[in-house]
Amino acid sequence: MLDDSTDNAKSMSIIVTKGSLDWAYPPFILATTAAAMDMKVTMFFTFYGLPLLKKKLNMKFSPLGNPAMEMPIMGGHMAMPNLLAVMPGVGGAAGKMMKNLMKQKGVASIEDLREASVDLEIRMIACQMTLDLFEYKAEDMIDGIELGGAATYMETAAKSDINLFI
Amino acid sequence: MAEHELNAEGLNCPLPILKAKKALKGMDAGDTLKIRSTDPGSVADFAAFCTHTGNELLSSSSEGDIYLFEIKRS
Repeated sequence: MLDDSTDNAKSMSIIVTKGSLDWAYPPFILATTAAAMDMKVTMFFTFYGLPLLKKKLNMKFSPLGNPAMEMPIMGGHMAMPNLLAVMPGVGGAAGKMMKNLMKQKGVASIEDLREASVDLEIRMIACQMTLDLFEYKAEDMIDGIELGGAATYMETAAKSDINLFI
Repeated sequence: MAEHELNAEGLNCPLPILKAKKALKGMDAGDTLKIRSTDPGSVADFAAFCTHTGNELLSSSSEGDIYLFEIKRS
């Protein structure tokens, strides 16, 4: 059963709309896991999700406007007031802290999960309109992706068992 | 029937599942895979993985902080 891509295999599609370090995780975790569970997976990268397909990833993290974000610090948890989060250097420091925490807890990097997505033959579609809008070039993106629009996505979504918007 | 091993200690979700999938892919039907993990979430996840993929979960146990699984490739 393991590698059979039979017609009755389950399928999933995800619209990826966010590209910050924290928001890049849910789509890549779910996509790679579904593919590992023999599902056919399609990811459609649009708006701020599109930079996740760039050859060189440069994800930023911001605690700004995220009141639910609490970092574990010395046995407790600390949220960051917006007034602090806007200060120069604070966002970068918080991003570094998040990356360290992830490494320490054995959480995969987005680079690793994206590589796993390619290995697992996940279909990745870059939104052509977003490419035009933000003036990206197809050659800035990793190999093996497709270009497409809303109709391309809808055609896939219409026959998928699971459709997510993240 | 060959026996394979996978050490997934220190790895967090979804890495134990992704590494197990990769290992299973290189195995023959009927081979078994012994996995060691430290992720408490992997207990529920390996059960769900096996239910969905049709691979047989022969055993699921723990030794202190280590979770042990044995999967037979379908």
